[in-house]
Amino acid sequence: MSENANNTPVLELLELSIQFGGLHAVDGLNLRIKKGCLYGLIGPNGAGKTTVFNMITGVYKPTAGSVLLNGKNITGKSPVEINKAGIARTFQNIRLFKAMSVLDNVKAGLHNETKYTAIEGVLRLPRYFREEKRVNEKARELLKVFGLEDNINSIAANLPYGKQRKLEIARALATDPKLLLLDEPAAGMNPNETAELMETIRFVREQFNMTILLIEHDMKLVSGICEELTVLNFGQELAQGETAAVLKDPKVITAYLGE
Amino acid sequence: MRKQTKNNLITFSGTAVLCFLMAGLSTAGVLDNKTTGLLVPMGIYIILAISLNLTVGILGELSLGHAGFMCIGAYVSGAFSLIFQNTISPVWLRFALAVIFGGIMAAVFGVLIGIPVLRLRGDYLAIVTLGFGEIMKSIANNVYLTMDKNGLHFGFTVPPTNVDEATKQELLKGPIGMAAPQDTNVWIVAVVLLICLAVLMLFIDSRSGRACMAVRDNYIAAQSVGINVTKYRLMAFTLSAAIAGVAGGLYSHSLSLLAAKKFDYNLSILILVFVVLGGLGSLRGSIIATIILYALPELFLRGAGNLRMLLYAIVLVFMMLWTNAPFFIALREKIAASKPVMKLKSVFRRDKSDKSAGGAA
Repeated sequence: MSENANNTPVLELLELSIQFGGLHAVDGLNLRIKKGCLYGLIGPNGAGKTTVFNMITGVYKPTAGSVLLNGKNITGKSPVEINKAGIARTFQNIRLFKAMSVLDNVKAGLHNETKYTAIEGVLRLPRYFREEKRVNEKARELLKVFGLEDNINSIAANLPYGKQRKLEIARALATDPKLLLLDEPAAGMNPNETAELMETIRFVREQFNMTILLIEHDMKLVSGICEELTVLNFGQELAQGETAAVLKDPKVITAYLGE
Repeated sequence: MRKQTKNNLITFSGTAVLCFLMAGLSTAGVLDNKTTGLLVPMGIYIILAISLNLTVGILGELSLGHAGFMCIGAYVSGAFSLIFQNTISPVWLRFALAVIFGGIMAAVFGVLIGIPVLRLRGDYLAIVTLGFGEIMKSIANNVYLTMDKNGLHFGFTVPPTNVDEATKQELLKGPIGMAAPQDTNVWIVAVVLLICLAVLMLFIDSRSGRACMAVRDNYIAAQSVGINVTKYRLMAFTLSAAIAGVAGGLYSHSLSLLAAKKFDYNLSILILVFVVLGGLGSLRGSIIATIILYALPELFLRGAGNLRMLLYAIVLVFMMLWTNAPFFIALREKIAASKPVMKLKSVFRRDKSDKSAGGAA
């Protein structure tokens, strides 16, 4: 039984497709991510990588195919339902709650974990204080893990770039996901920040026993931490398999990496 | 969190002191009649401003129809008071029920309007709320309600006809308006204002308020962390409407004759001016801006007459430039950077907050 559960992939995409007018942005994508795996989705600009993320998280409804999370079909559900089902994400262009404090950003991520109603909140019933205290501690712990404990009262927009990326990951993890999607986490980072980010991603995987799917253009990061890869080109799978093998694939080299 | 609690306490106690001080002074007869007469509407405008701040500042949606919700509250509670004037005996009970009922009806309309309207965002939402406000005003302007020994008679655009002339009482008189009993006084406004302020503060500083602000700051990210965007937009919009309804209830009981044309576009904009000038999302700012902008023109700019509205427009335009135009942003930063006092202040503030955090732990 448990053997069986271990074999069920955390995420499975079956013939996932989406069409915008006449454009097949993603066409028949198949993908399986095992539990605990660090999986990379790469490809040239416009290949449809972010579109795949948007279909997985419910921002777009696929025109065909399905998305399975731990064997359960979640195709076409709303972003909120999909987050509740256990998928959290970060965005290519950082989307923090800019005017809120760093702590409140994570507490907003803990929204569904904070269990009191609006009326209990306004009347300041005991449950409000109990839950706020618990959530506060949880948020602080999470921020400490990411080295943001000195910034908890800063406004999110005022954080340096690298820390904003980290905060976004912390906020995503606050929703207690089974699968974490990172959309170009190293975009706009210098080599030092990228190296630090690699450490963070590795650390997140170990610490939270997380399954991670990431989109990235930085090949150093991809070859450094991804165990398996799928290469997309024009919305279709170009290659799939273990990182080292995929990166040596002549098709991938001509289409994306270059000589 | 600690900082916000402290901020809220300062705002609340400051407002409480000011409210009761002014109420006491006016009761003691220290203030002249003109000033005393300003206190009740000023308090009502403060309630409107802080409630609109929830929609505009916390939820981040521009609503141009706040006067519409005030209108519903005013008419419903006014009619309630007139109908039960002789049946519910203690005046305070009848008045309290009237105001609460007005608030509830405004909230009901908030939900009914909110469900279709909150599918829109930004400019589109602003335009629809603007239309809503005008429609409410027009409806109220055309409602006739007459009571006789047989009960209530309702007429739209024309007064009801089948009325027993001997016992008839005209409650709502179309464009002429209504004359609800004048039960509102400075003390009642002060207490209701403080209750509304407390409710808003506690709402904003809770899970629900955080969710609203998350939706304001980034709609898509809020969904991605599992916040039900529609639910919280509707919740904040409704709460805002309910409080505006309560303010309307107080308002209709403060005038000898209230006509619906009062609740026009200008009123919605006036309240919006208070909110924008006070700072989006800052309840304290809304209160201060309302006091200044309401008292100054009434006390000192009376002579300007119709120019007053023009002055408001100029101030609003200037404030928008002040907060958004690159030139003014640069200027402000230059001023802030050149002032060592500000730096000292921020150092001092950090010291204090550290201490208080330590004390709490």
